[in-house]
Amino acid sequence: MSARLLRRLLELLPTLLLLVTLTFAMLHAAPGGPFDAERALPEATRAQLEARYHLDQPLWRQYLIYLGDLARGDLGPSYQYPDRSVAELIGAGLPVSALLGALAMTLALVAGLGLGIVAALKPQHLLDRLVMSFAVAGLSVPNFVLAPLLILLMAVTLGWLPAGGWSGRPQELLLPVLALALPQIATVARLTRAAMLEVLQTPWIRTARAKGLSERRVLLRHALRPVLLPVISYLGPAAAGTLTGSVVIEQIFGLPGVGRYFVLGALNRDYGLVLGVVLIYGTLIVLFNLIVDLLYARLDPRLRA
Amino acid sequence: MIRAGGPLLLALSLLSSTAAADAADTLLRRGNGPDVETLDPQQVRSVAAGNVVRDLYEGLLSEAPDGTLIPGVAERWDVSEDGLVYRFHLRDNARWSNGDAVTAADFVAGLRRSVDPATASPSAQLLTPIAQAAAVIGGRQPPSALGVQALDAQTLQIELQAPTPYLLALLVNPAAYPLHGAAAGRTQPAVVNGAYQLQAWVLQSHVELRRNPYYWNHAATRIDRVQHIVTEDLGSEFQRFRAGELDISEQVPAAQIAAMAPALRAQLRVADYLGIYYYGFNLSRPPFDKPELRRALSLAVDRDVIVRKVLASGERPAYAWLPSGIAGAGSAPLPAWAQWSREQRLAEARRLYARAGYSAARPLRTEILYNTHDYHQKIAVVIAAMWKQFLGVETRLRNEETKVFLQSRRERRRTQIFRGSWVSDYDDASSFLDLLGGANPRNDTGYLSARYDGLLATAARSAGDARAQALQQAQQQMLEDAPVIPIYFYVTKHLVSPRVRGWQDNALDHHYSRDLSLAD
Repeated sequence: MSARLLRRLLELLPTLLLLVTLTFAMLHAAPGGPFDAERALPEATRAQLEARYHLDQPLWRQYLIYLGDLARGDLGPSYQYPDRSVAELIGAGLPVSALLGALAMTLALVAGLGLGIVAALKPQHLLDRLVMSFAVAGLSVPNFVLAPLLILLMAVTLGWLPAGGWSGRPQELLLPVLALALPQIATVARLTRAAMLEVLQTPWIRTARAKGLSERRVLLRHALRPVLLPVISYLGPAAAGTLTGSVVIEQIFGLPGVGRYFVLGALNRDYGLVLGVVLIYGTLIVLFNLIVDLLYARLDPRLRA
Repeated sequence: MIRAGGPLLLALSLLSSTAAADAADTLLRRGNGPDVETLDPQQVRSVAAGNVVRDLYEGLLSEAPDGTLIPGVAERWDVSEDGLVYRFHLRDNARWSNGDAVTAADFVAGLRRSVDPATASPSAQLLTPIAQAAAVIGGRQPPSALGVQALDAQTLQIELQAPTPYLLALLVNPAAYPLHGAAAGRTQPAVVNGAYQLQAWVLQSHVELRRNPYYWNHAATRIDRVQHIVTEDLGSEFQRFRAGELDISEQVPAAQIAAMAPALRAQLRVADYLGIYYYGFNLSRPPFDKPELRRALSLAVDRDVIVRKVLASGERPAYAWLPSGIAGAGSAPLPAWAQWSREQRLAEARRLYARAGYSAARPLRTEILYNTHDYHQKIAVVIAAMWKQFLGVETRLRNEETKVFLQSRRERRRTQIFRGSWVSDYDDASSFLDLLGGANPRNDTGYLSARYDGLLATAARSAGDARAQALQQAQQQMLEDAPVIPIYFYVTKHLVSPRVRGWQDNALDHHYSRDLSLAD
């Protein structure tokens, strides 16, 4: 097990190198530079700035400089924030994004599993239909529509929750977490329902019931574990979806996470900032897939070779 | 399932990190648009950073709520006969937030740092009227060569390259703020000299300020704490204002203005701004090397329709290049056609269009280039339709991502007609007119007129009425040559809660928190 883990972790390095190289190439292939603005800088100032950030060097050398810094754990400077480093910016934003993402994922799992199981127990009943309608709605309403609607209802009309901003109060995270989790809840609920319906037809459930086990015990001990398999395998894509979804949610709710650095960094040609966020996102997604594989092996005895 | 221990711990640590504020404090919450990139006055690039830095620092001069210049750290000043030497007398009670006196040497240090190429200040250019500034910015002279000196601790002398009637207006800019000797490593401005000092700075969230008890006019400051809150998303900012979480909004979504309820409309402040939205022609290649064709296209644009139907949020139609009421050019006359009827304008446009050699059988085929945005697209669609309807011009619309667009525009290889805008940092006509100067690297039209450049040079050498006249003539010349189509003048739009007192509209949109107060 640990040898396999180590091998998987080592595989992370070439993946990330490839990611950095591709991102670097694409960023620099886009025309325009970090210091182009409607109000253009004087030539001397521009030259000074480009020299400061090695942007006057040939591209291959810039790439080597970046890799060299990276190897020393230095993510470089941000061009947009003249007195901040990329590491500092990401360090400030990551806890907020991670908290938002973790809460949204947890909510998606708990609510999605619960709703899916409830729906599967009474197929075609009113409850099932309600849950599935909710799931279809959750999947088809994009979060940039859902979020403003939630704000309008909960903050402006009812005045129950803040409309945005971040000062560390838990109620400030409620709407963003909900808006971010809803599409995932919907997907998890659908996956769970389908898996549960299938599992309930299997011989081992019939056996368990025949043994006279309580319905509760049948569900939790015998049905839940196989139902979790497709849900767990969905967690990888769900993590990616949550990360990219948080870009929109953070902007709408004014949360100081890293998501906005991704978009703003790309628009401003803040090469180092974009590369930094890509690296973090890339690492998180690869790690998440690794965790999913490990969980999968734990839950499914057939994979434990 | 996933263990939630990590995230929960993190959540707790985040929750506990916010300090409880004293309930008796008055708190002003200002929407401030995009994130603040720096609080270093000499590095400020964005409007958002400027808004915060104006609360933190004070220059030689400052601005009253209505925008007029008032004494700041300098109590008074004298100007030499020839207008080349300014002597500023600093008030003796001006203090840094650590109690140190603000001295003339601090201003020398600040100004030198602004023009030092090593600082790469985006606003250094503003200081070029000061003797040797251009040479220092260009790296040909050391910063110590700059024409500023401290005659004694409380007297600062600034020597100019040429008389500059708007010098005082320039000195309000953060680029001319003083620099405290111990202000190295300026990520968090520890020592400031404005009405407020830094309390907390949370990236992408807010900058919180509290009163600076050492500010010379501390007794007049009313509000204890100010939050400049990042409100990147216009729609969200609007909702936050409606939910009572903001006292002032930085913007108002145009779409909301038309449908606004009366109670909210009463809180809307729309005011003239020193900025223009225009289309530029690329004069360096055909077909827009012909002035008659440029004038024809300009005449055929119905600015009233754009302002009233397309924008519908208070903007003013632009028939000239200079915003009305801008300082320096007196009351510059509008071109004759500004008073014409729509029919007269169209008749003249058709005549010029034909004279340039185009007709229904042989229409002009051209392209409008703009940076990708709904807003720019809407305007381009309407203008292209006007040209098609009234002249028969075939216009292609082409959009590019902003940085790509700026590069295309600067290179002038592919562009024919491009979108442009200009917002001035200070209230003087030269800021607008210089943009189209033949030698200005920001002049993306390639407009080069010996007479226009001559008039600007004359204005730069003269003062008073002679200067105003030269600037007026320059504008007339430029409108005649039509290197650009002025479309509309910007306005600023804020929502200001009725509990905020002391707010006044002004053309630079500078609103110092020290001048505001809160009703209970």
